[in-house]
Amino acid sequence: MAKKLMKGCEAIGEAAIHAGCRLFFGYPITPQNEIPEYMSARLPQVGGVFVQAESEVAASNMLYGASGAGCRVFTSSSSPGISLMMEGVSYMAGAELPVVIVNIMRGGPGLGGILPSQSDYFQATKGGGHGDYRLLVLAPSTVQEAADLVIDAFDLADTYRNPVMILGDGLIGQIMEPVEFKKEIKPEDLPEKPWATTGCAGRARNIINSLYLDPEELEAHNWAIYAKYQEMAKEVRHEAFNTEGGCDVLIVAYGTVARITKTAIEMAREKGLKIGLFRPITLYPYPTEALVKAAEGAKAVLVSELSTGQMVEDVRAAIAGRKEVAFHGRVGGMVMGPDDLVEQAEKLVAVPA
Amino acid sequence: MNNEIVMAGFGGQGVLLIGKLMAYAGMKAGHEVTWMPSYGPEMRGGTCNCTVVLSDQPIGSPISKRPHALIVLNLPSLDKFEDSVRPGGIIVVNTSLINRLPRRTDVTVVPVAANEIAVELGNAKAANMVALGAYLGASGLVDRDNVNEVLAEAFASRPKVVATNQQALQRGYEIGQAQCVAVAAR
Repeated sequence: MAKKLMKGCEAIGEAAIHAGCRLFFGYPITPQNEIPEYMSARLPQVGGVFVQAESEVAASNMLYGASGAGCRVFTSSSSPGISLMMEGVSYMAGAELPVVIVNIMRGGPGLGGILPSQSDYFQATKGGGHGDYRLLVLAPSTVQEAADLVIDAFDLADTYRNPVMILGDGLIGQIMEPVEFKKEIKPEDLPEKPWATTGCAGRARNIINSLYLDPEELEAHNWAIYAKYQEMAKEVRHEAFNTEGGCDVLIVAYGTVARITKTAIEMAREKGLKIGLFRPITLYPYPTEALVKAAEGAKAVLVSELSTGQMVEDVRAAIAGRKEVAFHGRVGGMVMGPDDLVEQAEKLVAVPA
Repeated sequence: MNNEIVMAGFGGQGVLLIGKLMAYAGMKAGHEVTWMPSYGPEMRGGTCNCTVVLSDQPIGSPISKRPHALIVLNLPSLDKFEDSVRPGGIIVVNTSLINRLPRRTDVTVVPVAANEIAVELGNAKAANMVALGAYLGASGLVDRDNVNEVLAEAFASRPKVVATNQQALQRGYEIGQAQCVAVAAR
Protein backbone atom coordinates (compact mmCIF):
# COMPACT_ATOMS: atom_id res chain seq x y z
CA MET A 1 0.00 0.00 0.00
CA ALA A 2 1.32 3.46 -0.92
CA LYS A 3 2.28 6.00 1.71
CA LYS A 4 -0.44 8.43 2.75
CA LEU A 5 0.02 11.79 4.44
CA MET A 6 -2.03 11.57 7.63
CA LYS A 7 -2.44 13.30 10.95
CA GLY A 8 -1.22 11.24 13.90
CA CYS A 9 -4.76 11.00 15.26
CA GLU A 10 -6.17 9.80 11.94
CA ALA A 11 -3.39 7.25 11.52
CA ILE A 12 -4.14 5.90 15.01
CA GLY A 13 -7.80 5.48 14.03
CA GLU A 14 -6.98 3.78 10.72
CA ALA A 15 -4.47 1.52 12.47
CA ALA A 16 -7.18 0.32 14.88
CA ILE A 17 -9.31 -0.65 11.89
CA HIS A 18 -6.32 -2.45 10.34
CA ALA A 19 -5.95 -4.32 13.65
CA GLY A 20 -9.47 -5.72 13.20
CA CYS A 21 -11.09 -3.41 15.74
CA ARG A 22 -14.65 -2.49 14.88
CA LEU A 23 -15.78 -0.77 18.10
CA PHE A 24 -15.03 2.68 19.47
CA PHE A 25 -16.58 4.21 22.58
CA GLY A 26 -15.42 7.62 23.72
CA TYR A 27 -16.10 11.21 24.56
CA PRO A 28 -14.58 14.23 22.81
CA ILE A 29 -11.65 16.21 24.21
CA THR A 30 -8.90 18.28 22.56
CA PRO A 31 -6.22 17.52 21.30
CA GLN A 32 -7.38 14.09 20.12
CA ASN A 33 -10.81 14.84 18.63
CA GLU A 34 -9.61 13.79 15.19
CA ILE A 35 -9.57 10.17 16.46
CA PRO A 36 -13.29 9.95 17.32
CA GLU A 37 -14.09 12.12 14.29
CA TYR A 38 -12.20 9.71 12.05
CA MET A 39 -13.73 6.63 13.68
CA SER A 40 -17.26 8.04 13.44
CA ALA A 41 -16.81 8.25 9.67
CA ARG A 42 -14.77 5.08 9.09
CA LEU A 43 -16.36 2.50 11.39
CA PRO A 44 -19.79 2.48 9.72
CA GLN A 45 -18.03 1.90 6.36
CA VAL A 46 -16.50 -1.34 7.64
CA GLY A 47 -19.52 -2.61 9.57
CA GLY A 48 -18.31 -1.27 12.89
CA VAL A 49 -19.94 0.76 15.64
CA PHE A 50 -19.01 4.20 16.91
CA VAL A 51 -20.67 5.46 20.08
CA GLN A 52 -20.16 8.90 21.54
CA ALA A 53 -20.85 8.02 25.16
CA GLU A 54 -22.48 10.37 27.66
CA SER A 55 -19.19 10.59 29.56
CA GLU A 56 -15.74 9.06 29.78
CA VAL A 57 -16.87 6.98 32.76
CA ALA A 58 -19.64 5.50 30.62
CA ALA A 59 -17.26 4.94 27.70
CA SER A 60 -14.83 2.99 29.86
CA ASN A 61 -17.63 0.72 31.07
CA MET A 62 -18.76 0.17 27.47
CA LEU A 63 -15.19 -0.98 26.78
CA TYR A 64 -15.49 -3.40 29.68
CA GLY A 65 -18.66 -4.89 28.25
CA ALA A 66 -17.42 -5.16 24.68
CA SER A 67 -14.09 -6.64 25.69
CA GLY A 68 -15.83 -9.10 27.98
CA ALA A 69 -17.88 -10.21 24.99
CA GLY A 70 -14.62 -11.01 23.19
CA CYS A 71 -14.44 -8.04 20.81
CA ARG A 72 -11.45 -5.90 19.93
CA VAL A 73 -12.35 -2.45 21.21
CA PHE A 74 -10.61 0.83 21.76
CA THR A 75 -10.99 4.35 23.02
CA SER A 76 -9.02 7.54 22.98
CA SER A 77 -9.00 10.58 25.19
CA SER A 78 -6.71 13.20 26.65
CA SER A 79 -5.45 13.60 30.19
CA PRO A 80 -8.58 14.80 32.15
CA GLY A 81 -10.74 12.37 30.16
CA ILE A 82 -8.33 9.51 30.91
CA SER A 83 -8.63 10.31 34.63
CA LEU A 84 -12.39 9.91 34.34
CA MET A 85 -11.92 6.54 32.64
CA MET A 86 -9.68 5.20 35.37
CA GLU A 87 -12.46 3.47 37.31
CA GLY A 88 -13.25 1.33 34.27
CA VAL A 89 -9.56 0.79 33.51
CA SER A 90 -8.93 -0.58 37.01
CA TYR A 91 -11.94 -2.90 36.64
CA MET A 92 -10.64 -4.09 33.27
CA ALA A 93 -7.22 -4.79 34.73
CA GLY A 94 -8.91 -6.69 37.57
CA ALA A 95 -11.20 -8.64 35.23
CA GLU A 96 -8.26 -9.26 32.85
CA LEU A 97 -9.84 -7.63 29.83
CA PRO A 98 -7.85 -6.71 26.72
CA VAL A 99 -8.51 -3.17 25.54
CA VAL A 100 -6.50 -0.43 23.84
CA ILE A 101 -6.59 3.07 25.31
CA VAL A 102 -4.97 6.04 23.59
CA ASN A 103 -3.97 9.02 25.74
CA ILE A 104 -2.98 12.09 23.72
CA MET A 105 -1.64 14.01 26.70
CA ARG A 106 -2.19 17.69 27.41
CA GLY A 107 -0.83 19.91 30.16
CA GLY A 108 -2.27 19.55 33.67
CA PRO A 109 -3.09 19.24 36.50
CA GLY A 110 -6.85 19.72 36.40
CA LEU A 111 -8.16 20.94 33.06
CA GLY A 112 -4.72 22.38 32.33
CA GLY A 113 -4.23 23.34 28.68
CA ILE A 114 -4.39 21.60 25.32
CA LEU A 115 -0.78 21.84 24.15
CA PRO A 116 1.77 19.00 24.14
CA SER A 117 2.78 17.57 27.50
CA GLN A 118 4.07 14.34 29.01
CA SER A 119 2.50 14.96 32.37
CA ASP A 120 0.70 11.61 32.66
CA TYR A 121 3.74 9.31 32.75
CA PHE A 122 3.17 8.36 36.39
CA GLN A 123 -0.53 7.75 35.81
CA ALA A 124 0.13 5.59 32.75
CA THR A 125 3.06 3.53 34.02
CA LYS A 126 2.21 3.08 37.69
CA GLY A 127 -1.34 1.86 37.19
CA GLY A 128 -3.41 5.02 37.09
CA GLY A 129 -6.55 3.89 38.85
CA HIS A 130 -6.93 2.20 42.23
CA GLY A 131 -5.64 -1.27 42.95
CA ASP A 132 -2.34 -2.98 42.40
CA TYR A 133 -2.15 -3.24 38.63
CA ARG A 134 -0.12 -2.12 35.61
CA LEU A 135 -0.87 -1.18 32.04
CA LEU A 136 1.45 -2.09 29.19
CA VAL A 137 2.42 1.37 27.89
CA LEU A 138 3.76 2.20 24.41
CA ALA A 139 5.11 5.62 23.45
CA PRO A 140 5.34 6.45 19.72
CA SER A 141 7.48 9.30 18.42
CA THR A 142 6.38 9.40 14.77
CA VAL A 143 3.07 8.96 12.98
CA GLN A 144 4.30 5.73 11.37
CA GLU A 145 5.31 4.37 14.75
CA ALA A 146 1.98 5.40 16.27
CA ALA A 147 0.18 3.39 13.58
CA ASP A 148 2.47 0.37 14.00
CA LEU A 149 2.20 0.42 17.79
CA VAL A 150 -1.60 0.63 17.74
CA ILE A 151 -1.72 -2.57 15.69
CA ASP A 152 0.77 -4.25 18.06
CA ALA A 153 -1.17 -2.94 21.07
CA PHE A 154 -4.24 -5.00 20.16
CA ASP A 155 -2.14 -8.16 19.91
CA LEU A 156 -0.37 -7.42 23.20
CA ALA A 157 -3.67 -6.71 24.94
CA ASP A 158 -5.04 -10.06 23.78
CA THR A 159 -1.84 -11.93 24.64
CA TYR A 160 -1.75 -10.66 28.22
CA ARG A 161 -5.49 -10.06 28.68
CA ASN A 162 -4.62 -6.63 29.99
CA PRO A 163 -5.34 -3.02 29.00
CA VAL A 164 -2.61 -1.49 26.80
CA MET A 165 -2.10 2.25 26.63
CA ILE A 166 -0.65 4.27 23.77
CA LEU A 167 0.87 7.36 25.38
CA GLY A 168 1.28 10.25 22.97
CA ASP A 169 0.97 14.00 23.17
CA GLY A 170 -0.63 16.81 21.22
CA LEU A 171 2.27 17.00 18.81
CA ILE A 172 2.13 13.33 17.84
CA GLY A 173 -1.65 13.64 17.49
CA GLN A 174 -1.67 16.78 15.35
CA ILE A 175 1.37 16.36 13.14
CA MET A 176 0.99 15.04 9.57
CA GLU A 177 3.58 12.60 8.23
CA PRO A 178 3.66 9.91 5.57
CA VAL A 179 2.34 6.61 6.88
CA GLU A 180 1.99 3.15 5.44
CA PHE A 181 -0.24 0.39 6.78
CA LYS A 182 1.70 -2.80 6.41
CA LYS A 183 -0.85 -5.39 7.47
CA GLU A 184 -4.57 -5.73 7.73
CA ILE A 185 -6.26 -8.12 10.12
CA LYS A 186 -9.86 -9.09 9.46
CA PRO A 187 -12.01 -9.43 12.60
CA GLU A 188 -13.17 -12.89 11.46
CA ASP A 189 -9.54 -14.09 11.32
CA LEU A 190 -8.81 -13.23 14.94
CA PRO A 191 -8.24 -16.17 17.30
CA GLU A 192 -11.13 -17.29 19.52
CA LYS A 193 -11.23 -16.01 23.10
CA PRO A 194 -12.40 -19.03 25.09
CA TRP A 195 -12.75 -16.94 28.27
CA ALA A 196 -15.20 -14.44 26.74
CA THR A 197 -18.93 -14.29 27.49
CA THR A 198 -20.20 -15.30 24.08
CA GLY A 199 -23.14 -17.50 25.12
CA CYS A 200 -22.60 -20.65 27.15
CA ALA A 201 -24.70 -23.21 25.23
CA GLY A 202 -22.80 -26.48 25.42
CA ARG A 203 -20.06 -25.25 27.76
CA ALA A 204 -19.53 -24.01 31.31
CA ARG A 205 -20.38 -20.37 32.02
CA ASN A 206 -17.63 -17.78 31.71
CA ILE A 207 -17.64 -15.05 34.33
CA ILE A 208 -16.04 -11.64 33.84
CA ASN A 209 -15.59 -10.07 37.26
CA SER A 210 -13.20 -8.09 39.43
CA LEU A 211 -14.92 -8.67 42.79
CA TYR A 212 -13.21 -11.17 45.13
CA LEU A 213 -14.58 -11.01 48.68
CA ASP A 214 -12.51 -13.94 49.88
CA PRO A 215 -9.09 -12.48 50.75
CA GLU A 216 -7.23 -15.71 49.98
CA GLU A 217 -8.82 -15.82 46.58
CA LEU A 218 -8.05 -12.14 45.94
CA GLU A 219 -4.44 -12.59 47.02
CA ALA A 220 -4.06 -15.49 44.60
CA HIS A 221 -5.65 -13.37 41.85
CA ASN A 222 -3.33 -10.43 42.57
CA TRP A 223 -0.24 -12.65 42.39
CA ALA A 224 -1.56 -14.21 39.19
CA ILE A 225 -1.90 -10.85 37.45
CA TYR A 226 1.47 -9.82 38.91
CA ALA A 227 2.98 -12.88 37.22
CA LYS A 228 1.63 -11.55 33.92
CA TYR A 229 3.41 -8.23 34.48
CA GLN A 230 6.63 -10.15 35.10
CA GLU A 231 6.12 -12.02 31.87
CA MET A 232 5.46 -8.75 30.02
CA ALA A 233 9.08 -7.81 30.72
CA LYS A 234 10.02 -9.68 27.54
CA GLU A 235 8.08 -7.12 25.50
CA VAL A 236 10.55 -4.29 26.26
CA ARG A 237 11.41 -2.13 23.27
CA HIS A 238 13.76 0.76 22.87
CA GLU A 239 15.80 2.68 20.31
CA ALA A 240 19.43 3.63 20.92
CA PHE A 241 20.55 6.29 18.47
CA ASN A 242 24.11 7.60 17.97
CA THR A 243 25.36 5.66 21.00
CA GLU A 244 27.81 3.32 19.22
CA GLY A 245 31.28 3.75 20.66
CA GLY A 246 29.98 5.84 23.56
CA CYS A 247 28.92 9.47 23.69
CA ASP A 248 29.53 12.66 25.66
CA VAL A 249 25.95 12.99 26.84
CA LEU A 250 23.22 10.37 26.67
CA ILE A 251 19.79 11.99 26.51
CA VAL A 252 16.97 9.74 27.67
CA ALA A 253 13.68 10.87 26.18
CA TYR A 254 10.48 9.41 24.73
CA GLY A 255 7.85 10.52 22.23
CA THR A 256 8.04 14.12 21.06
CA VAL A 257 11.13 14.96 23.13
CA ALA A 258 13.01 12.06 21.55
CA ARG A 259 12.53 13.46 18.08
CA ILE A 260 13.59 16.93 19.19
CA THR A 261 16.69 15.22 20.62
CA LYS A 262 17.47 13.82 17.15
CA THR A 263 17.63 17.37 15.80
CA ALA A 264 19.77 18.35 18.81
CA ILE A 265 22.16 15.50 17.94
CA GLU A 266 22.73 17.05 14.50
CA MET A 267 23.24 20.53 15.96
CA ALA A 268 25.68 19.22 18.57
CA ARG A 269 27.67 17.31 15.95
CA GLU A 270 28.54 20.63 14.27
CA LYS A 271 29.97 21.76 17.62
CA GLY A 272 32.00 18.60 18.13
CA LEU A 273 29.77 17.32 20.93
CA LYS A 274 28.43 13.79 20.67
CA ILE A 275 24.93 13.37 22.02
CA GLY A 276 23.39 9.91 22.09
CA LEU A 277 19.68 9.18 22.44
CA PHE A 278 18.11 6.40 24.46
CA ARG A 279 14.43 6.25 23.63
CA PRO A 280 12.22 3.84 25.54
CA ILE A 281 9.34 2.70 23.32
CA THR A 282 7.74 0.62 26.08
CA LEU A 283 7.38 2.80 29.17
CA TYR A 284 6.00 -0.18 31.07
CA PRO A 285 7.78 -2.56 31.06
CA TYR A 286 10.74 -0.19 31.16
CA PRO A 287 13.83 -1.16 29.11
CA THR A 288 16.08 -0.99 32.17
CA GLU A 289 18.85 -3.37 31.08
CA ALA A 290 19.33 -1.71 27.70
CA LEU A 291 19.39 1.70 29.35
CA VAL A 292 22.10 0.67 31.80
CA LYS A 293 24.16 -0.63 28.90
CA ALA A 294 23.72 2.57 26.85
CA ALA A 295 24.59 4.71 29.87
CA GLU A 296 27.85 2.79 30.46
CA GLY A 297 29.46 4.44 27.45
CA ALA A 298 28.22 7.96 28.28
CA LYS A 299 30.13 10.63 30.20
CA ALA A 300 26.87 12.16 31.42
CA VAL A 301 23.18 11.24 31.43
CA LEU A 302 20.39 13.77 30.90
CA VAL A 303 16.68 12.97 31.06
CA SER A 304 14.40 15.37 29.23
CA GLU A 305 10.62 15.36 29.47
CA LEU A 306 7.62 17.61 29.01
CA SER A 307 7.01 17.36 32.75
CA THR A 308 8.63 18.47 35.99
CA GLY A 309 10.32 15.07 36.18
CA GLN A 310 8.51 11.72 36.08
CA MET A 311 10.34 9.21 33.88
CA VAL A 312 13.56 10.50 35.44
CA GLU A 313 12.64 8.45 38.55
CA ASP A 314 12.68 5.22 36.51
CA VAL A 315 15.98 6.24 34.92
CA ARG A 316 17.54 6.98 38.33
CA ALA A 317 16.24 3.63 39.62
CA ALA A 318 17.85 1.89 36.64
CA ILE A 319 21.18 3.73 36.87
CA ALA A 320 21.11 3.10 40.65
CA GLY A 321 23.67 5.71 41.58
CA ARG A 322 26.31 4.55 39.09
CA LYS A 323 26.12 7.96 37.40
CA GLU A 324 24.64 11.37 38.03
CA VAL A 325 21.34 11.72 36.18
CA ALA A 326 20.52 15.32 35.25
CA PHE A 327 17.05 16.52 34.28
CA HIS A 328 15.64 19.15 31.93
CA GLY A 329 11.89 19.65 31.59
CA ARG A 330 9.41 22.08 30.05
CA VAL A 331 5.77 22.07 31.11
CA GLY A 332 2.39 23.64 30.52
CA GLY A 333 2.45 23.04 26.76
CA MET A 334 5.86 24.68 26.26
CA VAL A 335 8.19 22.49 24.20
CA MET A 336 11.98 22.70 24.42
CA GLY A 337 13.86 23.44 21.22
CA PRO A 338 16.80 21.33 20.06
CA ASP A 339 19.08 24.27 20.91
CA ASP A 340 17.93 24.08 24.56
CA LEU A 341 18.92 20.42 24.71
CA VAL A 342 22.33 21.15 23.19
CA GLU A 343 22.86 23.90 25.77
CA GLN A 344 21.91 21.57 28.64
CA ALA A 345 24.22 18.88 27.30
CA GLU A 346 27.11 21.36 26.95
CA LYS A 347 26.70 22.38 30.59
CA LEU A 348 27.06 18.77 31.72
CA VAL A 349 30.40 18.22 30.01
CA ALA A 350 31.84 21.71 30.52
CA VAL A 351 35.21 21.65 32.26
CA PRO A 352 34.96 23.82 35.39
CA ALA A 353 37.06 26.98 34.98
CA MET B 1 18.55 19.17 2.09
CA ASN B 2 16.60 20.31 5.13
CA ASN B 3 14.03 23.08 4.82
CA GLU B 4 11.76 24.43 7.49
CA ILE B 5 8.97 26.71 6.27
CA VAL B 6 6.45 28.61 8.39
CA MET B 7 3.16 29.76 6.85
CA ALA B 8 0.96 32.17 8.76
CA GLY B 9 -2.14 34.30 8.35
CA PHE B 10 -5.72 34.76 9.55
CA GLY B 11 -7.83 31.66 10.11
CA GLY B 12 -9.68 31.11 6.82
CA GLN B 13 -6.94 32.38 4.49
CA GLY B 14 -5.87 28.83 3.76
CA VAL B 15 -2.39 28.72 5.29
CA LEU B 16 -2.95 25.20 6.63
CA LEU B 17 -4.03 24.10 3.14
CA ILE B 18 -0.96 25.46 1.33
CA GLY B 19 1.19 23.80 3.99
CA LYS B 20 -0.54 20.48 3.37
CA LEU B 21 -0.15 20.84 -0.40
CA MET B 22 3.55 21.54 0.02
CA ALA B 23 3.94 18.52 2.29
CA TYR B 24 1.99 16.28 -0.13
CA ALA B 25 4.05 17.49 -3.07
CA GLY B 26 7.27 16.97 -1.10
CA MET B 27 6.20 13.43 -0.21
CA LYS B 28 5.46 12.70 -3.88
CA ALA B 29 8.93 13.98 -4.78
CA GLY B 30 10.38 11.42 -2.38
CA HIS B 31 11.32 13.72 0.51
CA GLU B 32 10.73 13.17 4.20
CA VAL B 33 7.99 15.60 5.26
CA THR B 34 6.17 16.81 8.34
CA TRP B 35 3.27 19.26 8.65
CA MET B 36 2.52 20.68 12.06
CA PRO B 37 -0.37 23.09 12.66
CA SER B 38 -0.68 25.57 15.49
CA TYR B 39 -3.61 24.13 17.40
CA GLY B 40 -3.90 26.45 20.36
CA PRO B 41 -7.28 27.79 21.46
CA GLU B 42 -7.72 29.95 18.35
CA MET B 43 -10.82 31.98 17.57
CA ARG B 44 -12.42 32.40 14.16
CA GLY B 45 -10.57 35.21 12.41
CA GLY B 46 -7.61 34.81 14.77
CA THR B 47 -4.10 34.00 13.65
CA CYS B 48 -3.15 30.61 12.39
CA ASN B 49 0.10 29.03 11.30
CA CYS B 50 1.74 25.80 10.33
CA THR B 51 5.27 24.53 9.90
CA VAL B 52 6.35 22.26 7.06
CA VAL B 53 9.70 20.48 7.14
CA LEU B 54 11.09 18.94 3.95
CA SER B 55 14.24 16.90 4.29
CA ASP B 56 16.36 14.15 2.79
CA GLN B 57 16.82 12.67 6.29
CA PRO B 58 14.25 11.41 8.79
CA ILE B 59 12.86 14.52 10.48
CA GLY B 60 13.54 15.15 14.16
CA SER B 61 11.80 18.24 15.44
CA PRO B 62 8.72 19.15 13.36
CA ILE B 63 8.63 22.61 14.92
CA SER B 64 11.14 25.30 14.09
CA LYS B 65 12.35 28.34 15.97
CA ARG B 66 14.63 29.30 13.03
CA PRO B 67 12.79 28.56 9.76
CA HIS B 68 14.45 28.88 6.37
CA ALA B 69 11.40 30.58 4.94
CA LEU B 70 8.26 32.42 5.96
CA ILE B 71 5.06 32.97 4.00
CA VAL B 72 2.90 35.63 5.65
CA LEU B 73 -0.59 36.57 4.56
CA ASN B 74 -1.34 39.19 7.24
CA LEU B 75 0.49 41.81 9.31
CA PRO B 76 0.30 40.16 12.78
CA SER B 77 2.08 37.14 11.28
CA LEU B 78 4.88 39.26 9.82
CA ASP B 79 5.29 41.03 13.19
CA LYS B 80 5.40 37.71 15.01
CA PHE B 81 7.71 35.66 12.77
CA GLU B 82 9.93 38.15 10.87
CA ASP B 83 12.85 37.93 13.30
CA SER B 84 12.83 34.14 13.42
CA VAL B 85 13.82 33.59 9.77
CA ARG B 86 17.40 32.41 9.22
CA PRO B 87 19.78 34.80 7.49
CA GLY B 88 19.76 34.04 3.78
CA GLY B 89 16.17 32.81 4.00
CA ILE B 90 13.04 33.88 2.14
CA ILE B 91 10.07 35.95 3.30
CA VAL B 92 6.99 36.02 1.05
CA VAL B 93 4.83 39.01 2.01
CA ASN B 94 1.22 39.43 0.97
CA THR B 95 1.27 43.15 0.19
CA SER B 96 -2.50 43.18 -0.35
CA LEU B 97 -3.00 43.03 3.41
CA ILE B 98 0.41 43.99 4.81
CA ASN B 99 1.27 47.67 4.65
CA ARG B 100 4.98 47.33 5.35
CA LEU B 101 7.89 45.33 4.00
CA PRO B 102 10.13 43.27 6.27
CA ARG B 103 12.85 45.25 8.05
CA ARG B 104 15.29 42.41 7.55
CA THR B 105 18.04 43.05 5.01
CA ASP B 106 19.68 39.62 5.24
CA VAL B 107 16.85 37.66 3.60
CA THR B 108 15.23 37.54 0.16
CA VAL B 109 11.94 39.40 0.33
CA VAL B 110 9.24 38.46 -2.17
CA PRO B 111 6.40 41.01 -2.13
CA VAL B 112 3.25 39.72 -3.81
CA ALA B 113 -0.22 41.29 -4.01
CA ALA B 114 -1.83 37.93 -3.49
CA ASN B 115 -5.42 39.05 -2.92
CA GLU B 116 -5.54 41.41 -5.91
CA ILE B 117 -4.09 38.76 -8.21
CA ALA B 118 -6.56 36.18 -6.93
CA VAL B 119 -9.49 38.56 -7.54
CA GLU B 120 -8.17 39.26 -11.05
CA LEU B 121 -8.20 35.54 -11.72
CA GLY B 122 -11.81 35.36 -10.57
CA ASN B 123 -11.26 33.41 -7.37
CA ALA B 124 -10.70 35.65 -4.35
CA LYS B 125 -10.04 32.60 -2.18
CA ALA B 126 -6.94 31.65 -4.16
CA ALA B 127 -4.68 34.31 -2.58
CA ASN B 128 -3.00 31.54 -0.59
CA MET B 129 -2.08 29.76 -3.83
CA VAL B 130 -0.54 32.93 -5.25
CA ALA B 131 1.62 33.19 -2.12
CA LEU B 132 2.58 29.52 -2.29
CA GLY B 133 3.48 29.91 -5.97
CA ALA B 134 5.64 32.93 -5.13
CA TYR B 135 7.53 30.87 -2.56
CA LEU B 136 8.03 27.95 -4.93
CA GLY B 137 9.23 30.34 -7.64
CA ALA B 138 11.70 32.03 -5.31
CA SER B 139 12.99 28.86 -3.66
CA GLY B 140 12.78 26.28 -6.45
CA LEU B 141 12.25 23.85 -3.59
CA VAL B 142 9.31 21.71 -4.66
CA ASP B 143 8.58 21.01 -8.30
CA ARG B 144 5.60 23.05 -9.41
CA ASP B 145 4.26 20.10 -11.41
CA ASN B 146 4.07 18.07 -8.20
CA VAL B 147 2.02 20.81 -6.55
CA ASN B 148 -0.26 21.08 -9.58
CA GLU B 149 -0.76 17.33 -9.42
CA VAL B 150 -1.68 17.28 -5.71
CA LEU B 151 -3.99 20.28 -6.29
CA ALA B 152 -5.81 18.28 -8.93
CA GLU B 153 -6.09 15.33 -6.55
CA ALA B 154 -7.22 17.44 -3.58
CA PHE B 155 -10.03 19.10 -5.56
CA ALA B 156 -10.74 16.24 -7.95
CA SER B 157 -14.51 16.74 -7.68
CA ARG B 158 -14.29 20.47 -8.55
CA PRO B 159 -12.35 20.92 -11.82
CA LYS B 160 -13.06 24.68 -11.96
CA VAL B 161 -11.47 25.16 -8.54
CA VAL B 162 -8.43 23.23 -9.73
CA ALA B 163 -8.06 25.44 -12.80
CA THR B 164 -8.22 28.79 -10.98
CA ASN B 165 -5.93 27.57 -8.23
CA GLN B 166 -3.39 26.33 -10.74
CA GLN B 167 -3.52 29.71 -12.50
CA ALA B 168 -3.02 31.45 -9.15
CA LEU B 169 -0.07 29.19 -8.39
CA GLN B 170 1.43 29.97 -11.81
CA ARG B 171 1.08 33.76 -11.40
CA GLY B 172 2.70 33.60 -7.99
CA TYR B 173 5.45 31.37 -9.33
CA GLU B 174 6.40 33.88 -12.03
CA ILE B 175 6.55 36.71 -9.48
CA GLY B 176 8.70 34.66 -7.12
CA GLN B 177 11.06 33.62 -9.87
CA ALA B 178 11.41 37.18 -11.21
CA GLN B 179 12.11 38.51 -7.72
CA CYS B 180 14.77 35.88 -7.18
CA VAL B 181 16.49 36.77 -10.45
CA ALA B 182 16.32 40.48 -9.54
CA VAL B 183 17.95 39.80 -6.16
CA ALA B 184 20.67 37.71 -7.75
CA ALA B 185 21.41 40.47 -10.29
CA ARG B 186 21.81 43.09 -7.57
